[in-house]
Amino acid sequence: MIARQRIGLTFAAMLALLVAFAPWIAPYEPARQFSTHPFAPPMRPHVIDDEARLHAPFVYPLRLVDPLERGYVEDRTRVIPLRWLSGTLVRGADTEPWFPLGSDGLGRDVFSRVVLGARLSLGVALLAAVIALAIGALTGALAGYAGGWADSALMHLADLVLVLPGIYVVLALRGALPLVLTPRQVFTALVLVLGFVGWPAAARGVRGIFLIERRQEYAEAAKALGASPLRVIARHLLPASLGFLAVQASVLVPAFVMAEATLSYVGLGFAPPTPSWGAMLQDAGAARGGADAPWLLAPAGAIVLAVFSIHLASSGRDPLLWRDGES
Amino acid sequence: MARQPRIASRRGLFVRFLLRRAVAAVALVFVVASGSLLLAQIAPGDYAAQLGGDPAVRAAERARLGLDRPAAEQYASWLRRSLTLDLGDSFQYRRPVRTLVGERAANTALLAAMALVLATAIGIPCGVVTGSRGGFLASVIRTASLVLLSVPPLITSLVLVTIAVRTGLAPIGGRMSASRLIVPALALALPLAATLERLQSQALRDALHRPNMIAALARGVPKSRVIWRHAWRLSLGPILAIYGVMIGSLFSGSFAVEIVTSWPGLGELMRQALMSRDTYLVAGCAAAGALFLAAGVLIADVLHAAIDPRIDTERTT
Repeated sequence: MIARQRIGLTFAAMLALLVAFAPWIAPYEPARQFSTHPFAPPMRPHVIDDEARLHAPFVYPLRLVDPLERGYVEDRTRVIPLRWLSGTLVRGADTEPWFPLGSDGLGRDVFSRVVLGARLSLGVALLAAVIALAIGALTGALAGYAGGWADSALMHLADLVLVLPGIYVVLALRGALPLVLTPRQVFTALVLVLGFVGWPAAARGVRGIFLIERRQEYAEAAKALGASPLRVIARHLLPASLGFLAVQASVLVPAFVMAEATLSYVGLGFAPPTPSWGAMLQDAGAARGGADAPWLLAPAGAIVLAVFSIHLASSGRDPLLWRDGES
Repeated sequence: MARQPRIASRRGLFVRFLLRRAVAAVALVFVVASGSLLLAQIAPGDYAAQLGGDPAVRAAERARLGLDRPAAEQYASWLRRSLTLDLGDSFQYRRPVRTLVGERAANTALLAAMALVLATAIGIPCGVVTGSRGGFLASVIRTASLVLLSVPPLITSLVLVTIAVRTGLAPIGGRMSASRLIVPALALALPLAATLERLQSQALRDALHRPNMIAALARGVPKSRVIWRHAWRLSLGPILAIYGVMIGSLFSGSFAVEIVTSWPGLGELMRQALMSRDTYLVAGCAAAGALFLAAGVLIADVLHAAIDPRIDTERTT
């Protein structure tokens, strides 16, 4: 394992922890609006105050001086100590909130929303990848083991789905559902639609591995000893394709994270009050949103971080990224 | 009578290969258009449903647009007309789908072509640099492209729009002009440039390790000449092969970029059509998307076959 693989895995593990403990890490409810603090900029925590005295980490409260221009100044006369482990990991006072990544136009904490959005965005991508890989492994195994007409029929089907213009298929499939859905329905719909579009590459690869492996001596031996086809497939041939499936997952999950973001951004995924990364980016893309309040791009940073850590973790596996020869 | 082994000329094989691919492309376009039309038809709600107001008005609108007929009948009549390349009328624009899609497809093609040129102009030289030497510059480029590979066009375009608005360097929206193309084209090109850089780097590295290149270096041919004149040409094959694949990501990427930068292309039109249940327009957009994809793959295959005689035009389908 090389260094950057380790870095990637560390990041991925941190994201997994973030997803697991999201409600406890996020300081505020994602829908909670601090109407006194629209478009507040990110607030830097301090440990040393203006009189050069050392404190526990604290923030200076923000005061809105110009509601039209959204101008804020730090009120340096007061000190708001950060409260640790009071219901959540760390937060400001209830009336004087701490926005580590700023707030959006409704005064909602961007950090809390990004953290809770990870559950939706990464959850959709992971589940969709699991479904895509399951369909792919199943069809690939059937085609590779059975051979003959079943093989050619299944592979033609895979080729057809593979050459379809992915984004248009996803759009058309999503478009066939009602436009307004509950977040739970959107979650299910996105998982199924993305899973359906993502399976062919996995199927082709698993089939290729099966074609080679079923001629290997261990597979022949298992068959000669009277193992049923099901047992040969499940116990001997599928384990041989696990490595390939892992690589495929490292390609699919980033692609699906991006797909969720795109769909939600254009209004065909999660709808705005739901804090998914794509839906949050709508604020950044709105007229002058990102330009006046660049911290609204925080979900974009989260997406890049998630995708990049998966790329790093799969170092040396993906030929496109890492066959550089030097590390 | 003994059967003569048929020896077709290479040119004949190539023409047959082209014909077969063209037929497959037409079939693909047809399948995509029909599929998306059927999906749009079975979708709950229709265009008239969201007009609101008087139920009688909605019923009249349905009758005018033919939405009151059974879905199968609507599909059959669309199919009949599509044989003469009449793809129906858009409900919301009240214009023929074909001209509407044609205008927008031209914009998308312009954007895609510009992005491809930019990606090539940035990615290939960078890849030659990282593939042929180490050092500070190479590692900066490599790091940048590794990061860019993780940034989807949706995000490059959001970030570039933010930068453009804050600095006022390039216009977003407004009148169509050459300068309006800068932000969307760059947003689409950057991730592609990173892909090209990685591939070119690897291909060049492979090419430089071939015996003939080592021999050239041993004979004292200057390294820069070996790289740019000989090894680079050798490395072109794998790069051209990827162009066909890239066309696909170009169009899915351009969908996001068009919407973020409000570039009036196919993606933007498709989104409007889907949101307002403009069924024939959905089918038209999907058909155009499939056509682009098929054409891109075909062009890449032809280029590849023309450059590398080992490509088996007989068996590639």
